[in-house]
Formats: sequence, C-alpha cells, structure tokens
Amino acid sequence: MNPFSSETRLRDMIRAIRACKTAAEERAVVRKECAAIRASINENDPDYRHRNIAKLMFIHMLGYPTHFGQMECLKLIASAEFPEKRIGYLGLMLLLDERQEVLMLVTNSLKQDLNHANQYIVGLALCALGNICSAEMARDLAPEVERLLQFRDPNTRKKAALCAIRIIKKVPDLAENFINPAAALLKEKHHGVLITGVQLCTDLCKVSPEALEHFRKKCTEGLVRTLKDVVNSPYAPEYDIAGITDPFLHIRLVRLLRVLGQGNADASDLMNDILAQVATKTESNKNAGNAILYECVETIMSIEDNGGLRVLAINILGRFLSNRDNNIRYVALNMLMKAITVDTQAVQRHRATILECVKDSDASIRKRALELVYLLVNESNVKPLTKELIEYLEVSDQEFKGDLTAKICSIIAKFSPEKIWYIDQMLKVLSEAGNFVKDEAWHALIVVISNASDLHGYSVRALYRAFQTSAEQETLVRVAVWCIGEYGDMLINNVALLDIENPITVTGSDAVDVVEVSIKRHTSDLTTKSMSLIALLKLSSRFPSCSERIRDIIIQNRGSLVLELQQRSIEFNSVIEKHQNIRSALVERMPVLDEATFIGRRAGSSPAIVPTSNSASLNLPNGVAKPPAAPLVDLLDLSSDDVPAPSSSGGGFLQDLLGGVDLLPGLNQTAISGTNEAPRTGTDILLDLLSIETSPTQSSSSITDILSSSQGDKSPVASLGEISSPPSLSTRATSAGADPMMDLLGGFSPNPPMPDNGPVYPSIVAFESSSLRITFDFSKAPGNPQKTTILATFTNMSQSIYTDFIFQAAVPKFLQLHLDPASSNTLPASGNGSITQNLRVTNSQHGKKSLVMRMRIAYKFNNEDILEEGQINNFPRGL
Amino acid sequence: MIHFVLLISRQGKVRLTKWYSPYSQKERTKVIRELSGVILTRGPKLCNFVEWKGYKVVYKRYASLYFCMCIDQEDNELEVLEIIHHYVEILDRYFGSVCELDLIFNFHKAYYILDELLIAGELQEPSKKTVARLISAQDSLVETAKEQRSSISNIIAQATK
Repeated sequence: MNPFSSETRLRDMIRAIRACKTAAEERAVVRKECAAIRASINENDPDYRHRNIAKLMFIHMLGYPTHFGQMECLKLIASAEFPEKRIGYLGLMLLLDERQEVLMLVTNSLKQDLNHANQYIVGLALCALGNICSAEMARDLAPEVERLLQFRDPNTRKKAALCAIRIIKKVPDLAENFINPAAALLKEKHHGVLITGVQLCTDLCKVSPEALEHFRKKCTEGLVRTLKDVVNSPYAPEYDIAGITDPFLHIRLVRLLRVLGQGNADASDLMNDILAQVATKTESNKNAGNAILYECVETIMSIEDNGGLRVLAINILGRFLSNRDNNIRYVALNMLMKAITVDTQAVQRHRATILECVKDSDASIRKRALELVYLLVNESNVKPLTKELIEYLEVSDQEFKGDLTAKICSIIAKFSPEKIWYIDQMLKVLSEAGNFVKDEAWHALIVVISNASDLHGYSVRALYRAFQTSAEQETLVRVAVWCIGEYGDMLINNVALLDIENPITVTGSDAVDVVEVSIKRHTSDLTTKSMSLIALLKLSSRFPSCSERIRDIIIQNRGSLVLELQQRSIEFNSVIEKHQNIRSALVERMPVLDEATFIGRRAGSSPAIVPTSNSASLNLPNGVAKPPAAPLVDLLDLSSDDVPAPSSSGGGFLQDLLGGVDLLPGLNQTAISGTNEAPRTGTDILLDLLSIETSPTQSSSSITDILSSSQGDKSPVASLGEISSPPSLSTRATSAGADPMMDLLGGFSPNPPMPDNGPVYPSIVAFESSSLRITFDFSKAPGNPQKTTILATFTNMSQSIYTDFIFQAAVPKFLQLHLDPASSNTLPASGNGSITQNLRVTNSQHGKKSLVMRMRIAYKFNNEDILEEGQINNFPRGL
Repeated sequence: MIHFVLLISRQGKVRLTKWYSPYSQKERTKVIRELSGVILTRGPKLCNFVEWKGYKVVYKRYASLYFCMCIDQEDNELEVLEIIHHYVEILDRYFGSVCELDLIFNFHKAYYILDELLIAGELQEPSKKTVARLISAQDSLVETAKEQRSSISNIIAQATK
C-alpha cells in the first residue's frame, strides 16, 4: 500500500482533533492531515478521494483553508457512482461559493446530472444548483430546471421549484419562463410541491409585475380554496404540528395572498372570509399557531382596507403583547410598528404596555419597544412619555443608555411644547446620562438657551444646581460652563427669577469654582477644557473682583502639553493683564445664535422637525441690523447702535491678540478673511457656538463682504474693509498664520472637522512659478453641493507688466466648467494688484470624484508671447 | 429567505455551517465570531431573536447546541423557530435521540438531512416522514454500491491469488 495515502479514517482524524488540548496542538494535527491529503491528491488515487473530501469538510468547518480540495470535488462529481457524487456535491456546496471561478467548470457535470436517469442524482444536482449557482450557471441551466418542474417524481419537482427561485433571483429576466409552470404547481396535492410552488410564485411576484398580474387574475380563487382545504383538513399525522395541519403551508399561502391582495381591492375581497377564519379559528397556545396568526395579521394589515378584519388583527396583537412569552411579545412589537401607519389610535391604546417593554430585561425587546415608542410620541403625549423614559434612564443598562438618550433627545427636540420644558428635560438627560449625549444634542440645547432671552437666568441657575450633583457628566459640564461664561452675572444676582424658582445665593467665586473644577478635572477632554478657558476669560470681565484668581487659573495652563490650551492661556493672560480697557468689549455676551441656520445645517444629517418654539428664533438683541453680520460687528464693537469705534482701536486689539507684533492692517484683513476660509471654521458646530463667525452656510458672504458692506455708512471701518489684500498673504495666512487668530476669535475646535457639513473649503495655490502665482478660493451655494464657484486670483511676481493676459481651463467629462470674464487683461508687476476671474464648476460625480483641471495661461511679457500650462490636482476633497 | 444556518456548541465550536447567500471565507469567520459572542451570552429566558446588521437571527438551544438561522427583516421569526424544531426532530429520528457527538462524527449526515429540508434558503419539505424516507433511500444506495465494490474486489482478489 502506498505510504502516502491517507491512512487515517475520518473518524480517527476527528478523534485526534478532539483530543487536542490546545489550539497549537490542533493546528499541528490539522497541518499533518492536510499534508497527507495533499499527497494523496497528488497520487490521484480515486479510492481515497471520497475520504479526503470528507476530512477536508471537517477541517474547513474548523476554519482552516481548504481550497486545494476544490478540484477533487469536481472529480468526484464527474464520477459515475452515486456515493462519490453525493459527497462531491456536498463538498462543492461547502468548500466553494458562487464567486469562485472553479464553479464554472462544474456547469457541464451539473447539466448531465440534471438529465440523469437516477432521480436521486438529479436531486443532488438540483440541490447544489439551488444553493450555490451563479448568474451564468442560472442562464445556462434554466431550461433543465424548467423541464424538471414537470418531472413525474414530486420530490424532484419540489427541488426544481426552489432551484427556480434561486435562478430568478440571480437573473430576473428569466422570470417569465417560469410563470406558467409555477402556476401549475399551485394545483398540486403533494405538500412538498405545493409549499415550494407557493414560494416560487411569491418570489416571482417580487421580481416580475407581469407574474403578479397573472397570478392575481388566475390563481387567487384557487389559493383561497386551497387555504380553506388546509384549514379545514382533518387530522393528518404526517403534517401535524401542535394540532395544526402543516403550519408551514398555512404561512406560505397566507403570505402569497398578501402579495396578491396588496393594492388590489378585488383580490382582497376574495380573501376576506378565509383570513377571518384563520384569525379566529387558529389556536394560539402553541408557537406554530402563533406563527400563523402573526402572518395572518400582517396580511390583514397589508391588503386593502376592511375595517372588521383590522379590528380583529389589532385585538390579536393586543393579546400577543400581553403574552408572557418573550418571543410573542417581540413579534407583537414588530407588528405594531407596521400597524402604526394603518391605525395609530389602536396602537396608542397599548402605549402603557409598550412603555413597559422598553424596560424589559431583554435587549431585543427593549430595542423594538423603544423604536415603537419613538413613533408613538406626538404633541399630546410627549410630556408623560418623556417623563417615563427619563425616569427609566436612571436605572437602564449602560449599553442601552446610548440608544435611549439619543431617542429621548430626539423626542424632546421634535415635540417640545415650550422652551422651558425643553431646557428642563435636556438638563435631566444631561445630568442622568450626559456622557452618552451626542454632540448635536447639547449644541442644540445651547442654541435654544441662547435664543430664550427670558430664560437665560433660569438656565444658568438650573445648570449650576445640576453641576453640583452631576459634575461627572461631560456634556452637562460643557453646557454649564458655557452658560456660566455667558450669563454668570445672572447667576449671582438672581436676575430674571421665575416664579417657580427658589432664589439661590451664589457668589462670583462660586461660579469660578465651577469652571475651575471642570478645567482641573483630569477626565475633562480638550473641548471641555477649552470651553472652560473661554468661560474664565469671560468671567474675568463679569466679576472683576475674581480677576486675579482667574488669571492664576489661566496661568496654570501655560505649561499645558496641549498646544491649544497653552497658547490660549498665554493670550488670555495678556488680555487680562494688559488690556483692561478693551476686555469688556472683547468678552461681551454672545449674540443670539441663529436657530434656523443651526437646524437647517442639522437637517442634512438628521431629519429633525423644527421645534415648535421656532418663532422666537430671530429675536435679535439691541437692534443689530443684519443678522449674518451681527456676530462679527458685535465682537468688534462696531454695531450700528454703538458709537463707531475708531478703526485704529479695532485694528489695535487685533494686533494685541496676535501678541503685539507690529502688523500691517492688510494682514489683519487677510487674517480675518482667513477665519472664514480656514478649513475648520463652519465645519464644527461647536465652533460656531463659540465663535464670532457668520453662518457658514452662506459661505459666499465672507467676513470680507460684511466689513465692506458696512463701509458705506461707517467711514472709520472703511479702511478695515478695503480688502484687496495680496493673495500671497492671504494664502499664507490661511494655511498657517491665521490659525491662532482664527482660534482666538473663533474659539476652539479640537475635534476633527466633520467633512459632511463643511461648506467652507480652504484656498489652494493652483499654480506658482517665479513669475506667476494663481490662487483659488472656493465657495458653494447652499443646497447645491454639485456647484462650486472658484475665484481665481492671478498675481504677477515678476518686475514687468503682463499684457493680453488670458486664462483657459479644461476639465474631464464629468465636470462642467463655465468661465466668467476676467476683471482685466493687464497684470501689474511685482504683485501690485491682481486679476480675478470667476470659474463655475458643476461636478456631476459629486461625492465620488474630486475636481481636476488643466489650464493654460497666455500673456505678453516685454512684447514676447509666453505660454504656461499646468494641471491642478490639489483641489480640496468634497468639491 | 434563510441566509445561513449555524450550529454552535456552548463552547463556541462550530458544528455545522450552511450558507445560502454569498459570504467570503473571511466574512464567514467574522459572522460566526460575532454571532456566537452575541448569542452564547444571552440569558435563558430572553426571546429567541437577535437583531443583527439589518437581519434577524433566530436561535434555539437544544442541550449544548445552539441552532441559529439568519433571516430577513420581514420574515416570520416564529415560523423559523418551527423550522429549527422540525430539523431537530428529523435529526432525532434519524440518529435515535441525537446528541452533539452524533453531529460531530456524522456531520456529513447532518448536512444531507439539511439539504433535504432546505434549498436556496427556503423550506422544501414539511413532512418529517418524507425526509426520513428520502435519506434512507440514498443511504441504501450508498450501501449497495459499497457492497458491490467489496464483492468485486473480493472476486478480483481471489482471481489474482
């Protein structure tokens, strides 16, 4: 005997593997076996093929690679004997899947076996085809399967029917060939054939409207009759499960009726009686009966309206919901989700029970119930429901808290009847599960508080109290710190005290305590610490008596390893120490945050409905003229009501912020415009909340515009507003120099920018040589992400003037480009001015491909024609 | 439609896998690892359904084995429980009070039975008797082929003596 042939039998190999105590041992045994099998495969001994594949299947199940056995399966299938074919097909189904090319080689064997005289071999081939066939095989072998649907042996017919399902799923075009044979199967008496035939018809209806129409016309009555026969059939031991004859057939018939009745009143009428019979007569004490009832309820909910039946169905669901079996309750919740679109009132009746399910110990049931509660909430029941959910939040499992808080926040935002309720509920959520609250939720809360001018005092006091008990909840701390920074004075003076409140005695130093605790807590992350720093700066002006202490706290961060904190603390320190005169103006209260913009921006990510309290959102304080301009103007203290600040002071404090470096006013401009173009701005909602920035959705209205728009009536601002800054400075400032500036004015954005809602893109240098420089600034109109407007700025770096300057560009097919006329065709020398030109690009593959452009520049230089060409690949992503 | 069938022991060992939707080898390992983590840790009185990546996994424990089937969102979970039970009853009848060891050493038989029960992720036969009859018919086909072969080899052996 050959020494390399697989000497161990399958049974022995399994024993050896089971005897292994460690994974390493098991690997060693498997490696040895695999080596033996490979050797045996190379011997090409047909006697052992059978055993080799059996072993490989076991090894495969343990998760080891077995691809080297694939060809052996094909050889076994090609052999003439049944035992070889049986194990060969099993190996084929286990070791291969439809995506392997080896599979194509088996098509021919399959074809032969489908035509084999032995019905069991035909059965093996059908089974393999049904389980792993690919689209090509489906096309090749569909005629065989079609023929086998009429085969004399019922066991072959049922296999062929299921095979046909796989084929039409792979190649829906083939559906029409199967419509008539499938309809014929519905008249069968053999349960196996009937059940597969019904299934085939159901799947045909899904892929082909033609089939649906055909079955609806020709078969509905017959199916109703069949169902009636099955329901009323006497005891049949072969098919009986829990006293019901063939529940599988019941379910499939009811499901096919649902498909036929959906959206067709006539067909629905035909099946009303039998559905009523199934719904009333089916025993519900065993799982099989409940499975039928469940299917029946779904059918009743889906077919055309029949009031009586629906009541019956909802009653069944009510019974399910109060069942003690968790499975039944789960499916009841699942079904109620679908029923809610049909009959909300009926589902509302079960609200109390559903709410109980949210508190169930079973995660699957909790999840279903929570989804359902979320759908059930409306204006009238939001208060009690939210109360219940928040109470449950205290005791719920940690892993469920995330889902639960997200849903509660969403409910509160969607249905809050008044702002004070919104604030109260959000505070409860934040104190209970602040660590699970998503950023959008607490950002929204800040926006709401900022907009509720009569509730500022109330909010800050409530937050102060909440902080005393729940300081470990990160997001609560953030909101508290922000509010104390903004409205700290209202905290200590009990300003705007509501009737329902008890006055509290808080001193300025108590308020500073809160911020100090949050900045010093080691679990606080960068966002919290940064927010605390800003709050401290604000408090230093609100409570001059604590100014020294605040400075001490700020100074402690001077040594922080985080650049952001370090730099900010140094800057703030200098503001407190040296610039008392401008400090109060610098840290004035934030203007009201624009609620509509915030919601509009969120709408992209979550389709939350605008809170009902939206009407108050445009309440602008002290008559600031233009909402978008307000924040900046306010910060610079240039609002139209106030005394126009001399430009020197405005520029002066900017210089101070930048550390007293003597800067040209021009750089200030570019730095400001940098804030608007820098990639981080506008992408982070947090930043907006803290920053002076205008609503970034209108990215076209850069601060440049805002300044120049006030140019007309405010002459001191005019010098500030003159923004034809040299692009070289602009770009440099945007990339690096503007950062500290931006952050100082704009607060902190330690989180990475969220790319999906960033309408502001960094400028790029599209071309640069010793003689010419081109920069691109980008803007997008809100609501049309495909279109980008590029402002190209050309600067002459050489010593001579360029004339006849022409810029041309070309783009690939998926882009459309439109060039506006340039501002001039003469380019002054030495960077003393520039030409600008607008390019409008529409990207039809927005989100998939980024922009790319070829360009050619022609101009005359000392009366010499110059031609420069280049390709621009460094466009920011997402344009 | 049933996307796959898994039999996992309480220790997390895989006893049978059958895939009706295309999953690459890597995905299969991942699915098994994830699901056994979820299912084996669930308490005994909880419901038999787990929501998983937009699908539902229906599982039922018999002695030390978990039978799991993954189905679409809109499928009937209760029916799938019944299918699992149907399969277990057929196994029980075939092996005569089936235990985990039967399924380990005769894993191919468990597959043959499953193939008579499900094709393309759909139920094929509601009668346990029919499945048993078909399996034993094929088993006897194999037996006769073996006998024939051994008798032939006996004849050859005797002839060449």
